[in-house]
Amino acid sequence: MSPFVRSSRFGTFFWPILAWVLALLFFFPIFWMVLTSFKTDADAVKPEFLFFFTPTLENYFNMTENYDYWRFAINSGITSVFATLFTLSVGVPAAYAMAFNPSRHTKDILVWMLSTKMLPAAAVLYPMTFLTKNMLGLFDTHFLVILVLSLINLPIVIWMLFTYFKEIPKEIIEAGKMDGVSFWGEMGDIVLPLAWGGLASTALLCFIFCWNEAYWTVRLTTTDAATLSKLIEGNRAPEGLFFGRLSAVSTAAVGPIVVLGWFCQKQLVRGLTFGAVK
Amino acid sequence: MAGLTLREVAKSYGDTDVITNLDLDIQDGEFVVFVGPSGCGKSTLLRMIAGLEEITGGTIAIGNKVVNDIAPAKRGVAMVFQTYALYPHMTVYKNMAFGLKQAKTPADEIDRRVKAAAETLEITPLLERTPRALSGGQRQRVAIGRAIVREPEVFLFDEPLSNLDAALRVQTRIEIARLHKRLGTTMIYVTHDQVEAMTLADKIIVLRDGNIEQVGSPIELYEKPQNMFVAQFIGSPKMNFFKAEELNDKGQSYLKGEADIIGIRPEHLKLAGKTDALITATPDLIENLGEIALVHCKTASSMEFIAKTTDLSAFPVGKEVKLTANTSVLNFFNSTSQQAV
Ligand SMILES: Nc1ncnc2c1ncn2[C@@H]1O[C@H](COP(=O)(O)OP(=O)(O)OP(=O)(O)O)[C@@H](O)[C@H]1O
Ligand SMILES: [Mg+2]
Repeated sequence: MSPFVRSSRFGTFFWPILAWVLALLFFFPIFWMVLTSFKTDADAVKPEFLFFFTPTLENYFNMTENYDYWRFAINSGITSVFATLFTLSVGVPAAYAMAFNPSRHTKDILVWMLSTKMLPAAAVLYPMTFLTKNMLGLFDTHFLVILVLSLINLPIVIWMLFTYFKEIPKEIIEAGKMDGVSFWGEMGDIVLPLAWGGLASTALLCFIFCWNEAYWTVRLTTTDAATLSKLIEGNRAPEGLFFGRLSAVSTAAVGPIVVLGWFCQKQLVRGLTFGAVK
Repeated sequence: MAGLTLREVAKSYGDTDVITNLDLDIQDGEFVVFVGPSGCGKSTLLRMIAGLEEITGGTIAIGNKVVNDIAPAKRGVAMVFQTYALYPHMTVYKNMAFGLKQAKTPADEIDRRVKAAAETLEITPLLERTPRALSGGQRQRVAIGRAIVREPEVFLFDEPLSNLDAALRVQTRIEIARLHKRLGTTMIYVTHDQVEAMTLADKIIVLRDGNIEQVGSPIELYEKPQNMFVAQFIGSPKMNFFKAEELNDKGQSYLKGEADIIGIRPEHLKLAGKTDALITATPDLIENLGEIALVHCKTASSMEFIAKTTDLSAFPVGKEVKLTANTSVLNFFNSTSQQAV
C-alpha cells in the first residue's frame, strides 16, 4: 500500500497542512502584489508597512489617467480573442483529421508539433524582430501579435483537441456515416456536441495563455499593438521605486484572467489534465 | 430487398493482405453468418460491405448495383455495432430518427416509423431517455431499432450480442431470429459464437486468414465439413481426430486411399459392442454438466480426446474402455492436405 492511501493520524494532519503551506506559498506573492497596489510608492518599500498602512486608490487612478490602461487592456483583449479564434479554426480541423483519419505518420506529426515548443524562443528573437521590423513592416501591429500568439499556442491546442476527439468512439462517427450525415452535419450534430467540454476548456486555456504571453508581445510591440504585458514591462523600474504603481498595473492586468479562471474552474481542471479526468 | 454478390474482393493495409480474392453470393432474404477465429477478417469484410472500409480490389454489388464507390448511407444497408454506437447526447427517439432526418424524410413519416419500431422492440417507454439511462440490453434494442427504421435492404450485425450477459444473449438471439422471419430482409451477421451461428444462420461462411474455408448450411458444416479446420471450428467440444496409430484394427480398416485420419464428434462416441470397437482409451476426467457429461479420455499413445455422453456409468474413470461410432457419422481426412476425402 502506498503511504498516500493509508489513513493514519499522521496522514490526516500532515497532508492538509502541507497543502495549505504550499498554497499560501504560491499565493503570497499575489497577495503581496494586491496589497502593495493600494500603497503609495513611498510606503510600498517600507517593511513596517507590510500589512498595516493607509490604503489609497491613487495608483489605480493614476494608471487609467496617465498610462492609458484601457488601451492596453483592449489590445490584450483583441489579440487574445482573435488569436484564440484563429488557433481554434486551424486546430479543430487539424485535430479532427488526425483523430479520425489517422495515417502512419500521425504520431510523428504530433510529436514534431510539440517539439517546436522545445525551441528556445530567444533563438529566433533576432530573425523575428529583423524580419517584422525591416522587411515585412508588421512590427507593432495587431496582426503580428495575433499571428505570433496563434503560432505559439497551436501545438498545444491541437494536442488538447486531439485527445478530446480521441475520446469519441470511432463507431459513433461511423454510425453517423451509416446514417448519411454530411461533413458539416457530422461536425455540428455529433463531434462538437460530444467534444463541447473539451473545446471550451481548450479555448479558455488558449485565451489565458495569449493574455499572459509576455516574451513576444513585449518585444514585437511598442505602442499601437502593445498589450498589458507591455504596460507592466513599461512600468518596471530597476530601482524598484514604483512598486505601488507597478503592483496596481499588474493587479489590473491579471485581474480579468483570474476572474475568468474562477468562473471556469471546472473546465480548466479538465483542460489542464488533458482530459484525463472524466 | 436485395442479395449480394462479391467478386474477387480484396483488402490490404499497406503490405498486409487481410482479404484476398474473395467470391461470395448471398441470396435475397438469406440470413448469413460469418464465423472464424479472431483476426480472420470478419469485421473487415462486413465493414467493406457497409462502405466503412475501402476495398483494394474486386467488386461488391448489392442487388444488381455495384456499390464500390457509393457512400455507406446510399447502399441501402444498416449496421448494428458491437458497442451499439448510439449518439450519447441524443434521446432514444432522436437516435432512431437521425438517419431518416438526414435522408430528408417527412417528419410525420419519421414519427410513424420510429414509433412502429419502438413498439416492436418494446422500447416505447424509453423514447425520451438518453442512452446513458439505459441498460445494456435496452441499448442493444435501440441500436437494432435505429437500423430497422431505415428499412434497409441488408442488415449488418457485428457481434451484436457479445456485450450482453448469457441470459440476455439467448433472448436477444431469438428476437433477432424472429425479426428476420418477420421482415424477410437479408441479414449478415458476424460472430465468434458458434451456437449463434448454428441457430441463426441459413448459411454459414467460415473464414480463416481472409479466405473462405467453407460455405454451407449449419447442418452441412456440421455433418460434412470440407476440411479439418471447419471440422474443428464448428461444434463444441470440437471434433476429435484419430490417426492410424490410435485406432484398433477395425478402425484402421476404414482408412482407405488418401484418408489417414478419422474425425469423430464427441457426441457420437459410444461404448463399443464385441466387434465394432474403433478405439481403446482410458477416461481420466469427467466434467458433469447435468443433462450431459464430458468425458476426457486418453489413448494408449497418450492422445487426449473428449466424449460426450448421458450415460456416465459407461465410463469408469481409470478403467480401459472400447469406443465406437456409427459409420454414417465418421469423417475422413488427409493429414497432408487437411482436406476431407
Ligand atoms: N487499420 C488496420 N491496419 C492494419 N491491419 C488491420 C487494420 N484493421 C484490421 N487489421 C488487421 O486485419 C485483420 C482482420 O481484422 P478484423 O477486425 O476483420 O478481424 P475479425 O475477424 O473481426 O476479428 P475479431 O473476431 O477479433 O473481431 C487482423 O489481422 C487485423 O490485425
Ligand atoms: Mg471483429
